[in-house]
Amino acid sequence: MDFGIFAVLAQDGVTNGAVYALLAMALVLVFSVTRIIFLPQGEFIGFGALTVAALQSSQFPKLIWLLIGIGVLTFLVELGSALRQRRYKPLPRRLLMWSVIENLIYPQFIWLLAHSLDWQGMPMAVQILFTLAITVPLGIMIYRVAFQPMAEASVLVLLIVSVGVHFAMLGMGLFIFGPEGSTTHAFTEWSTALGEMPVSGQSVVVMAVAGSLIGLLYLFFDRTLYGKALRATAVNRKGAQLVGIGTSQAGRMAFGLAAGLGTLAGTLIAPLNTVGYDTGFVVALKGFVAAIVGGLASYPLAAAGALLVGLLESYSSYWASAYKEVIVFTLIIPVLAWRSLTSGHGDEE
Amino acid sequence: MKMSTKKLQWLMFGWFFLFPFLPVPGYWITIGNYIGLYSIVALGLVLLTGIGGLTSFGQAAFVGLGAYTTAYLSTALGWSPWVGLGAGLLVSGLAAALIGSVTVRLSGHFLPLATIAWGLSLYYLFGTIEFLGKYDGLSGIPALSLFGIDLSSPRVMYGVIWFCLGGCLMLVLNLLNSRPGRAIRALAKGKTMPEAMGIHTAQYKILIFVLAALMASLSGWLYAHLQRSVSATPFGLHMGIEYLFMAVVGGVGHVWGAILGAVVMTGLKSQLQDWLPLLLGSNGNFEIVVFGVMIVLLLLWSRDGLWPWVAGVWAKFHPPEPEVVAPAIAPEGYSDLPRRTRPQAGALILEVNEARKQFGGLVAVKDMAFEIRAGEVVGLIGPNGAGKSTMFNLVTGVLPATSGEIRFCGERIDQLDSRHIVRMGIGRSFQHVHLIPHLSVLENVAMGAHLRGRSSPLAAALRLDRHEEARLLFLAAEQIRRVGLEEHMHTPAGSLALGQQRILEIARALCTDPTLLLLDEPAAGLRLKEKEALADLIRQLKGEGMSVLLVEHDMDFVMGLTDRLVVMEFGSKIAEGLPAEIQNNEAVLAAYLGGVE
Repeated sequence: MDFGIFAVLAQDGVTNGAVYALLAMALVLVFSVTRIIFLPQGEFIGFGALTVAALQSSQFPKLIWLLIGIGVLTFLVELGSALRQRRYKPLPRRLLMWSVIENLIYPQFIWLLAHSLDWQGMPMAVQILFTLAITVPLGIMIYRVAFQPMAEASVLVLLIVSVGVHFAMLGMGLFIFGPEGSTTHAFTEWSTALGEMPVSGQSVVVMAVAGSLIGLLYLFFDRTLYGKALRATAVNRKGAQLVGIGTSQAGRMAFGLAAGLGTLAGTLIAPLNTVGYDTGFVVALKGFVAAIVGGLASYPLAAAGALLVGLLESYSSYWASAYKEVIVFTLIIPVLAWRSLTSGHGDEE
Repeated sequence: MKMSTKKLQWLMFGWFFLFPFLPVPGYWITIGNYIGLYSIVALGLVLLTGIGGLTSFGQAAFVGLGAYTTAYLSTALGWSPWVGLGAGLLVSGLAAALIGSVTVRLSGHFLPLATIAWGLSLYYLFGTIEFLGKYDGLSGIPALSLFGIDLSSPRVMYGVIWFCLGGCLMLVLNLLNSRPGRAIRALAKGKTMPEAMGIHTAQYKILIFVLAALMASLSGWLYAHLQRSVSATPFGLHMGIEYLFMAVVGGVGHVWGAILGAVVMTGLKSQLQDWLPLLLGSNGNFEIVVFGVMIVLLLLWSRDGLWPWVAGVWAKFHPPEPEVVAPAIAPEGYSDLPRRTRPQAGALILEVNEARKQFGGLVAVKDMAFEIRAGEVVGLIGPNGAGKSTMFNLVTGVLPATSGEIRFCGERIDQLDSRHIVRMGIGRSFQHVHLIPHLSVLENVAMGAHLRGRSSPLAAALRLDRHEEARLLFLAAEQIRRVGLEEHMHTPAGSLALGQQRILEIARALCTDPTLLLLDEPAAGLRLKEKEALADLIRQLKGEGMSVLLVEHDMDFVMGLTDRLVVMEFGSKIAEGLPAEIQNNEAVLAAYLGGVE
């Protein structure tokens, strides 16, 4: 292997690693705030990329139908829980009004927006923003409907619910987007060379976006009071509630962020790879491998794990391309062995 | 007619055997075959997840290992399928032992994630390896035959599959109702309690991991010879997830839930596949949407699955009888159970010498020194946060001491873990009771007798342990009578009052045949009557020659009960002496009531 190939593979690995890092961040975020292992993350990758692709080919983004549907469901769930508590406290009118706005009016507004503007001609950044305006509320609604009613359940029960949501979304994905995948336009045609190594603008964009998001997340969780409150929720839900942290809001926020990060990851890979409704799952699982390297707790370690996964994938696709996935997913065993030897005893009561 | 729940269960199971003799369409037999195959895997998951508390999404990969091993051996090498069975079990067992030893020591949520990863990795491996036929798989696998009898027809295979399932079911039920079985049940409660009973938790976790893999492998072997071909798809992650779904839907904590779950899920799936496309058109994969939504709804409604509901309805008509009953009279060999020789009254048994425990910069226990002599009841008291519990954890081996030494009967124990300390004769109770709530008092107490028996899991599964089991259960029942809980022998431990649960824990500790009994805040949260009953019990044990160390902050409780008190504050000993002396000790009064300004 000469230096040229080595460098190209490295660039490839780091670019993919940056995407995995975004996903790993989102997974760590959701797990540490809600103890939910967020398997549906993968669907947001596919849904995000396909929605951008639909906007670019001037099709109506059908994901909005899902948003409207789940919005109605969310409103019904909130109305139901408000009615059930009627005996103990007055109907929370303000809350219900917000629920109407968030879950019923907002999706219709998005629907109108999708119909009334010419999205094909917009800059890609605006298209991505519009996609986020669909997926982020979707993530929040999913938390509200499926997870919030059982936020106190064990990690295992939450994990199984998570699998259930993943299945439901996957099936909906096939219905909405059909079995074929799409690619999106390139972010930029620009490219340059660093010495002998050609550097594509695409890689630069991916790395810049991923890097700055990771930095922002780090600042948010380490430097702001709200971020610290989110972390407190993760450590002790009840304790956080007692000191006045809204744990439900924290969960919604984590899901919104995770859905957003998943969508961004999807749009970052879509210019180079064909993304179908079900592509995201395996990509998200690689994010999981990275997150596990970080012990589902540490953002910098998860990012390092993501780079490791990206590089490993890139080099193994050169040396043993058939075994690429096997190698990436087997990585987890030595990592866990190492964690198990260093952590001593892990006991949970 | 009186029929126990147990009989009903086996009767229901027997009905499945009649099924192929009825003139049912072939399609039903096929469904029945799949239910049997899935049930075997789900049964392993119940043992692993519901009872042992370890979650696996990767069982499909073990099914694949079993299927591919026999497929390869019987097609490429032309070996007998029966060799393939052995080889498949060996391969899966070794793989599970390896993966298990790596992951079981990690805390809960890593294992499911790890199983997702290696489930995928094995799936891709099946799909890429040349000699396993890549994604096309292997075909032309011979049918099973036994002593020249051909077993190839689906109806005959139905019998074979359900026979295997019945065998697995019986072995698992036998295993769970035994000394190793109680150790497995204790695993779900974390590590501290089982280890304090002398149970090697890591070993038992690997054991159930391997057992679940073996059952999956058996299912894979049957699958390969039923289908006569294998390919990677049915061993992918989605199937692994479905196995777990079956167990959860049926009731992951209940052995019979595995079969119920497999029946419900397989039946539902085949119905959904027939009906949904008619209703909603065929351009979507609606069955997984319905599946996903269903599982979320089910868990919202009942987190324990369907079986507890079925059993609850049945229990209304036939109140359940206790499953585990101790023999009424001492069984043969009971008097030969090894017992520790009691140290002479007044002999030094526990010696704490300059023991220190540091957590980073915090010195929780600062050079403590005290001793206990045989037959004494000693109270270790002090205000909240004085370091009593840390001291307790040092003696019981939950934490290693930073420096200093602790000797028990002359031997150093400050670096031993709790599993070895209980072996030497220190029994303990917990401040926050650690019980398995749905098991009876008898079964909970019998967990303490773990070290008094030695029957292996295999012997237990084959019922070769019954003599020893009778002795252990009688021992447990004796301890229950000793502490006065005999009325509640068969009551689920979770339905006792807190005071009774504490007393149950003492009975469990007595099963370990301790020389020294350590009780961690036994009176905390008890009502006056309960406190009196507890004090009477401790006096009675003292009368029998037991040495007791009580960690308490309730002064009234310890005053009338103890021979001697050791008082701690801020990690150090501030006083030691007779209760009456301590009552008037100024340092102690200052510590408890605040100093005189």
